[in-house]
Amino acid sequence: MPALTLTPNLGGHDDLYEALVRLHDGLSDEQSLRLWSRLALILMNHIGDRDVLFAAMEAARRS
Amino acid sequence: MANVAGIPVYKEMGATPGPGSALDRVRVAIVGAGPVGLALALDLGRRGHPVTVLNRLDFVAHCSKAICFSKRSLDILDRLGIGDAVVEKGVTWNVGKVFRGAGEDPVYRFDMLPVKDQKRPGFVNVQQYYIEEYLLDGCRALPNVDIRWGHAVDAVTPQGDGVELAVTAEGGGYRLQAEWVVACDGARSTVRDRLGLDFEGRVFEDNFLIADIRMKHEMPAERWFWFDPPFNPGRSALMHKQPDDVWRLDFQLGWNIDREVATRPENVETFIRAMLGEGIEFEREWYSVYTFQCRRMARFVHGRVVFAGDAAHLVSPFGARGCNGGFADADNLGWKLDLVLNGNADESLIETYNHEAVATADENILNSTRSTDFLTPKSSASQALRDAVLELAKDHAFARPFVNSGRLSTAVAYADSPLSTPDEDAWDGGVAPGMPVLDAPFGNGWLLDELGDGFVLLACGETHDPLPDMRLVALEPGSLAAQRLGLTAGAAVLVRPDQYVAARWRRPTPAAISAALRRAKGEIQCQH
Repeated sequence: MPALTLTPNLGGHDDLYEALVRLHDGLSDEQSLRLWSRLALILMNHIGDRDVLFAAMEAARRS
Repeated sequence: MANVAGIPVYKEMGATPGPGSALDRVRVAIVGAGPVGLALALDLGRRGHPVTVLNRLDFVAHCSKAICFSKRSLDILDRLGIGDAVVEKGVTWNVGKVFRGAGEDPVYRFDMLPVKDQKRPGFVNVQQYYIEEYLLDGCRALPNVDIRWGHAVDAVTPQGDGVELAVTAEGGGYRLQAEWVVACDGARSTVRDRLGLDFEGRVFEDNFLIADIRMKHEMPAERWFWFDPPFNPGRSALMHKQPDDVWRLDFQLGWNIDREVATRPENVETFIRAMLGEGIEFEREWYSVYTFQCRRMARFVHGRVVFAGDAAHLVSPFGARGCNGGFADADNLGWKLDLVLNGNADESLIETYNHEAVATADENILNSTRSTDFLTPKSSASQALRDAVLELAKDHAFARPFVNSGRLSTAVAYADSPLSTPDEDAWDGGVAPGMPVLDAPFGNGWLLDELGDGFVLLACGETHDPLPDMRLVALEPGSLAAQRLGLTAGAAVLVRPDQYVAARWRRPTPAAISAALRRAKGEIQCQH
């Protein structure tokens, strides 16, 4: 069973971070919250593994 | 009594005179002649038991209540002999569509009959009073079913081997002693109240307006649901076709409203015209505002008092899980009470009704609660997530299954029923213990019609020794029925009287079948 990856698994962290910040440019808090939601749903479907997703939700809530 | 608190009358029944003595004795008393009480009365009556039904009102009410009857309920009504009448009168549908905003293309579509070639469709819409009428017709054809109209229960006193009810009727009150009392007396159950029993759960802070109207209108027989339509911005709406050119319109109103003002015809009709067009001609059938709750009793069996339907559990209407859940109760309880009344099973079998009916109620409440949280998000994050799903669903197939406008009622699995014999063989598909048999063409008819009212062994291509209280039905290897049950030559399935699978084997031995049958009658307790 694939476990949730919580060690570095990407390159170019600063680019991605900046892109995430920029994604919200000009959006109200409400629009921003919807955007986060859409992004989460898209990524969830792409990951496609319920166990990983529940582990990710738990990790996010715990931090 | 006909003009009770503004309840419109569908059919006057007339008050039934009291029994003429201060004390009356019956074996089974059913409180409430709604669909659940009548279904149980008909089931027990057909099995030959004397049944007494007490109904507070002396008429069948006309107002719209349940309208959507699931395939599983139709299968149950078939077993009770009234399926054809219901389907003939009703509007058959399988497909639901969900729209968003002014969009004419659905953002989500579902089919309630994904497996075709079954006798009954996914759903039939028909007004509850028709169902009650057909059930009553069935009951009145049986001399052993005694329906007492205008008989109200005032007090409930459990006794060692039964229950005593204090009943008010025309011409005076009387005491009714019953071996068993089944309370099917609805959300505000008098029996539950008199026994001081719990009814825990959640109230949802939202109001919905129902408008049942009569009009000539062309629309496919489908369930149509809107999020944020132009005629009810920011909220939802639902449309269902019923027989007799009656349409059910349902508008979400929000929490802080004046309910009296909302049901005034001029205000309701503003909604209707916004939805259907200014020029539309229609007649009012029924307008009302409802709120809803999801709740259930901790237990449905209290000694010799058993609760079923809305008396035991309540859900939101989105999902059609109220009346269909009640029919599941009646279906589950009927054969068990039959065995106990005949002395063919121990009283503890009724405890398995508690187990299975609570499992059903919990699944219905879970689904209903989740739908409600999608319809009425409780936080800004929940609102954003819901809106995100609807936004994505327009363009991306992956998001559509998240759209939840109500998950419609299907048969509930009894996952860890004490009556099921767990699989020992390897199975690929088929119908596992704790699930109802999947219908299929059989001979010139249908498999479910072949099952009857008792235990059945469906044996594929092999004969078996008959057992008392169990019929044998042979399935042709390779037939659609055998395929749907996952049966190869030599395999067999033991089916309960409610069409649920109790056990299955690749190569059953007589001893295994006999043990499974005894377990399904509650004679063998297994550990869970």
